Amino acid sequence: MAKRLLIILTLFLLALMFWDVVASYSEKQQLAPVAAHYVGQGPDELGAPNLVTAVVVAYRGLDTLGEVTVLFLAALAVGLLLGTGASERNTGPANPASEIVETAVEYLFPIALLFGVYIFINGHLSPGGGFQGGAVIASASLLLFLALPGVRLRHALLSAIESLSGFSYVLVGLLGLVLAGGFLDNRALPLGDYGALFSAGTIPIIYTLIGLKVGAELSVVVERFRGNA
Amino acid sequence: MAMIAMATGFVLILIGLFGALSNRNILRMIVAFAVANTGVNLVLVAVGYMDGRTAPILNEAVPVAEATTRIIDPVPQALVLTAIVIGVGVTALMLAYAYKLFKTKGTLDISQYTDLKW
Repeated sequence: MAKRLLIILTLFLLALMFWDVVASYSEKQQLAPVAAHYVGQGPDELGAPNLVTAVVVAYRGLDTLGEVTVLFLAALAVGLLLGTGASERNTGPANPASEIVETAVEYLFPIALLFGVYIFINGHLSPGGGFQGGAVIASASLLLFLALPGVRLRHALLSAIESLSGFSYVLVGLLGLVLAGGFLDNRALPLGDYGALFSAGTIPIIYTLIGLKVGAELSVVVERFRGNA
Repeated sequence: MAMIAMATGFVLILIGLFGALSNRNILRMIVAFAVANTGVNLVLVAVGYMDGRTAPILNEAVPVAEATTRIIDPVPQALVLTAIVIGVGVTALMLAYAYKLFKTKGTLDISQYTDLKW
């Protein structure tokens, strides 16, 4: 009982803090100076219509490299904790899904994969990007695992994709150091026509690499949780 | 509008923390943390919102010249994108630990794990 009272007291004090923030909050009438620069100069400087992508990949590219590293570490730790699971494989094959489900998944899987690729290739033009596209690819793998219990991923291939794209990400960043203004500067390649698919310098390349890396990583994480990876 | 979103975010944080503190089942605590995480993201997005403006993606509807007066702040949205990805990593890690704990003791009740209690 005393414990519950303590919890409620703590949350009440927190709520008081939050209430102060909400009550005194007044909506901004114009953009903060940094944001105004990103919005005003971004399209000319970087050539990306999607300004969130411009901030994530170019202006704050280093943060995104750190983010990818954190996700990689999390995937690594999940792999380490759950292990390869060879000794604790489920006994006997799981019940197969019905023929309708199996056939539907065989048709849906490539489409879902393609949709993920579409999302990360168009990340600089429309809503979406590498992380979102990677999540769609991982959900396609999840669909595969749910419908076809016997299916296995080719871990060697996925590890190769993941490490190569992570490595290339850093290489593209270094290219910006040599050919343009700094590490991860997207102007290492010509900006191209504003709004075209192949434009905005290295942004589509970086987002493609991130999409492949995140897709491979999350697919492996999902498979590890299935238990018989 | 931003006020409502922000208040909802804070309420979600409180609900999540209450769930994490009052539940004894580790899986429930993980779900509670995920709820609190969503609340934080909602608050961050609400900070960047401005009434009557549109998403920070330039197209025919929002020409480059008018962009600074027509779109909302892209920086909090980029931050939240990062926060969501980190949240996925943290949740996956918590679930993996929960699985490992279940393997060693056969229970997910946190009151059974007394090794670090003093």
